[in-house]
Amino acid sequence: MNIIDIIGPVMIGPSSSHTAGAVRLGLLAAGILGSAPVRAEIHLHGSFAETHKGHGTDMALLAGLMGWLPDDARIPEADRYAAEAGLEYSFAKVDLGSLTHPNTALFKLTAADGSRCEIIGASVGGGQVLVNSIDGFPVELTGKLPAILTVHEDKRGIIALVTSTLANAGVNVATMRVFRSNKGGLASMVIECDEAVPQGIINLIAALQQIHSVRFIASVA
Amino acid sequence: MKKDKLSLNGWIAEAEAQGKSMQEFLLEYNSKELECSEEELLSKMEAMLVVIEDSIKFGLTGVRSHSGLTGGDAKRLLEASEQKQFNNILGDKAKDAMVYAMAVSEANAAMGRIVAAPTAGASGVLPGVFFALKKHYGLSSKVLAEGLVVAGGIGLVIADRASLAGATGGCQAECGSAAAMAAGAAVSMLGGTPAQVGHAVSIVFKNVLGLVCDPVAGLVEVPCIKRNGACALQALAAAELALAGISSFIPADEAIDAMKSVGDLLPCALKETAGGGMASSPTALAWAKKYFAKE
Repeated sequence: MNIIDIIGPVMIGPSSSHTAGAVRLGLLAAGILGSAPVRAEIHLHGSFAETHKGHGTDMALLAGLMGWLPDDARIPEADRYAAEAGLEYSFAKVDLGSLTHPNTALFKLTAADGSRCEIIGASVGGGQVLVNSIDGFPVELTGKLPAILTVHEDKRGIIALVTSTLANAGVNVATMRVFRSNKGGLASMVIECDEAVPQGIINLIAALQQIHSVRFIASVA
Repeated sequence: MKKDKLSLNGWIAEAEAQGKSMQEFLLEYNSKELECSEEELLSKMEAMLVVIEDSIKFGLTGVRSHSGLTGGDAKRLLEASEQKQFNNILGDKAKDAMVYAMAVSEANAAMGRIVAAPTAGASGVLPGVFFALKKHYGLSSKVLAEGLVVAGGIGLVIADRASLAGATGGCQAECGSAAAMAAGAAVSMLGGTPAQVGHAVSIVFKNVLGLVCDPVAGLVEVPCIKRNGACALQALAAAELALAGISSFIPADEAIDAMKSVGDLLPCALKETAGGGMASSPTALAWAKKYFAKE
């Protein structure tokens, strides 16, 4: 933490968790999809479901999905801009259970090329966010650093193959988490890196035999 | 090895030993931490002052919140104060501090652009104190920017030793900390010594200790907006005492630690969950019921 975190950030009110954090959650969700969505079904859980209008959480989430930053003065009218941009959206309440963070949103997103993604994430306080599920895979993604997300077969050596590809490309791994559904089944890796990973390197990882899919997810401001 | 907590009293002792003012000491310390020049840090702070001034102006247009619960009070107070029969009990400096603090807090509730210093919920306190002092003492942008550096330094210590979040420590940690930051900055901007900065911080915590976070319907509106106004006054009162040479028996670090211990003892119902205090008054509950039915 430094003085800029204390005297700042500049943001649209009223709440760092329900407004600024919601913008960042939308930004991260769009980053995971890989582009601004053309269709967004947004399901709100807990405190997000209860106070989203009063805190402008709905506008903030739409703003983030459109790639805006938390200090964008257009945020209070994000719904109008979304309609003009042809973003089809809907909001609904959902109960994801008592263990789920109260400021959680479930996104069902569709990109212009038809690709789809289902993301669950929370605004965990002070504008910080945590995505904890992508297409049903448990992950932990904060958006603070650029990241790679793989879905792969849980086989010996796959982690070393991916990390050595990154090492050869001169990319430093900052943090890494591995999740699997069951031994030998499908697994996923979230690798946060100190720098953005070029598409060429992502393609090399995608070409590895045990890799089912790989996404590059840019960091969010 | 456990990292030592930041210490305001440590910084005060260092500044006094080096014969520096608090703003000189903290400008040097923070620009080193950010690996930038002192000029760059000051220009960042001046950019924040521009945003703050715009949020005051926006708030003074009489904005209303999206929930419809609050708004227009900063403008109301300013307009009332321009009438001949206005009861100016507090005097103009304190009145203006309340006007500006509530203006920014109302701008925040109305989805205006604000500087979250230290948080969005307590974003009115520093603007109230800084812009009232600017108006009445003719402080330059540079002095105000240096004041923000002092406020930020105090905030860093509070964040490290306790918390700045209402959800963690109640409103004493949020608006209370903002008042402590503003009080220390005010002392420094008006030429007080580093030791006096510490006394002002400690005095504020004495007077806000135990303040709970109890937002009606969980919205940053009632009682937050008036509390921003009142905490600006707490800051001015503490600064006035400290500048008069009155010391606080409890050192600043210990006052911050006391705030943390009270925050830890506060039940969850009084930490931003709308489960107690004003939020659970019959009027608040009735309003919240209607509001949630609409949502």
